[in-house]
Amino acid sequence: MTTQAWTFVFIGGTFAVYLTIAWLARVQDTQGFYVAGRGVPALANGMATASDWMSAASFISMAGLISIMGFSGGVYLMGWTGGYVLLAFLIAPYLRKFGHFTVPDFVGSRFDSNLARVVAVICAIFISFTYVAGQMRGVGVVFSRFLEVDINVGVTIGMAIVFVYATLGGMKGITWTQVAQYWVLITSFLIAAIAISIKLTGIPVPQVGLGASLQPEFSDGQLVYFLDRLNEIQTDLGFNRYTQAFVGVWDKANVFLVTLALMVGTAGLPHVLVRFYTVRNVRAARWSAFWALFFIALLYMTAPATAAFARYFMIQSLNGETEETLPAWFENWENTGLILWFDDGDGEVLYSGTDDNEIFRNGSLSQAELDEVQSQHQQWLDTDGLSGEDGREILRAMGLSGPDGDIIVLATPEMAELATWIIALLAAGGLAAALSTASGLLLVISSSVAHDIYFRLINPAANEKQRLLMGRLVIGVAVIIAGFFGIYPPGFVSQVVAFAFGLAAASFFPAIVLGIFSKRVGTVPAVAGMVVGIGFTAFYIIASVYGGMSPWTFGVFKNGISPQGIGTLGMLLNFGVALSLTPFCKPPSPASREMVDSVREPEVSESAIAA
Amino acid sequence: MIGIDKPAMNMKNDNMPDQGNREAKSAHRRYWRKNLQIVTALLIVWACASLGCGVLFADWLNQFRLPFTGFPLGFWFAQQGSIIIFVLCILAYCLLMNALDRKYQAELQALRNHSGY
Repeated sequence: MTTQAWTFVFIGGTFAVYLTIAWLARVQDTQGFYVAGRGVPALANGMATASDWMSAASFISMAGLISIMGFSGGVYLMGWTGGYVLLAFLIAPYLRKFGHFTVPDFVGSRFDSNLARVVAVICAIFISFTYVAGQMRGVGVVFSRFLEVDINVGVTIGMAIVFVYATLGGMKGITWTQVAQYWVLITSFLIAAIAISIKLTGIPVPQVGLGASLQPEFSDGQLVYFLDRLNEIQTDLGFNRYTQAFVGVWDKANVFLVTLALMVGTAGLPHVLVRFYTVRNVRAARWSAFWALFFIALLYMTAPATAAFARYFMIQSLNGETEETLPAWFENWENTGLILWFDDGDGEVLYSGTDDNEIFRNGSLSQAELDEVQSQHQQWLDTDGLSGEDGREILRAMGLSGPDGDIIVLATPEMAELATWIIALLAAGGLAAALSTASGLLLVISSSVAHDIYFRLINPAANEKQRLLMGRLVIGVAVIIAGFFGIYPPGFVSQVVAFAFGLAAASFFPAIVLGIFSKRVGTVPAVAGMVVGIGFTAFYIIASVYGGMSPWTFGVFKNGISPQGIGTLGMLLNFGVALSLTPFCKPPSPASREMVDSVREPEVSESAIAA
Repeated sequence: MIGIDKPAMNMKNDNMPDQGNREAKSAHRRYWRKNLQIVTALLIVWACASLGCGVLFADWLNQFRLPFTGFPLGFWFAQQGSIIIFVLCILAYCLLMNALDRKYQAELQALRNHSGY
């Protein structure tokens, strides 16, 4: 069977499963719609949280980023898992004990202020929409590459599926679909990694294979560690050693700040936080944080192996090849523009870290601009440099050297010449990752608008039926807006997703932690902290990415602070402002203090002990 | 109100005699202090593994190897070791906190029995 036939089988099969679950898990009340009736077992909630969390970015882009960044790729690995520790220790159990529907609900009640609630709602909606847009791009990439349908058709199909199970089953439908999606995505990711690991090192555990020695046929019969061989190949071609710490802009200060910003941001992301409302009790909330990280770790510990193996194959399968001998995967992906070859005239591919590199990507260039570069380059070749322009210099000046990281995961099985069904399974896994995250985010948008704004602020007298209808209506509208983003992707999506973490770190995290661990911090300091934190972070990001401001160095950081890491400072600023204003402001009302007492008190009910 | 959980059988000790009430409060204070100790200790482990070994000392650690493997140590902490330690941290937290919850509940139960309640 061809890859395409297998892809139809796997994608069709998994979609049928999702729709069946949606029908079985349909709900009739707001409890079920927003928090799945609070009946989700810890293990299942952990699994759902894991697939909610692992998006198209984790599945498709992360290994590619690591593959290109080497050591510094660890910022994503540590950042996106370390946040769960903060979440488990400082937030999840207390939020569950509080037991409402949304994160703005907690912020609004604890700080006794509709202003705080509205600020929180705006943060939640902004973070969720930037994130959803990224997922839709992932859906588009998978569909257009593997089924060779138009991206728009792909996005529409994906949206239709999410629409059905999200409106029908709300959080309940989403949760159980996510459990199924976890299995699809982890199986596909692991099978591909295991197959490659066996091929290269003979060890079926990729995490171990990464640190093992190469199979004799790849090392001329010598016993050499895979990582050492990779380092050697990299230096021969003018790249940095793969395992070398702190190269280029990724100096120690930036690695530190970005890691911390991603950790804290993870612990402040609304679509992850709401998952802890769905379990039965505090004890189950703790366990589901454990299971969530456990299931996430399975993928996150495999990703560095996939990344390094892919790096090896990428370099080995391209260098020295000619037009006739180039592997088939190269031609498949060349059509998407994510990898391009600009020959220097000798007819042989050279992918290197120096000025003679011939491998590039299209970045955000339009097809017309790319065609122009290509025709200039052809002319330059044909006239031996007398006219036209060297396309390599043009693209290098734009910072487009090397392939796009997004192809790494999806193309590696082809590079390693694995069976066609593994490649098709990866396509289904990528879709599962994108759809599960999209649906979780859409629910946050729906609950923020329908619960926090409509029910809490506009129409507190609304009955159950009206609220449920409103929830479904908002999710429907949000799906359509998200689909729009997928069809007309704003160019800045991938950057903005990383920034969403900075914003979450600088706004939600300090407010929630102070709300739980201090009884003294009242309305004014908390709101001021959130506004200053998110304002500062947003300013720095917008000014340095779009306004051309050069990064701040404070006289100590050599390269200046990366906009991805600014959330760490925003968070500290938020804490600082809130704590220094506290002594001068009114303490919280007795009701708020009582609420803090009650979230700190463990449950005493029988069911808690039995669970 | 619809859809909002009743506080899960929170044994508010209103009917207890003052003595019992005071002891229940001090039991809760002890519980909370112990909770903060557990969290602080585990957060130190968390920070040492990731921000410490995986970032601040990674370049220095890279001169060593993880025994019996090809991993430079700093690289291993940044890409694998810290994640393993995170999982273990949360596991330890679950076990310790759930045990602490049980102990606290037993203390409250004993107080209740003692005051003939």
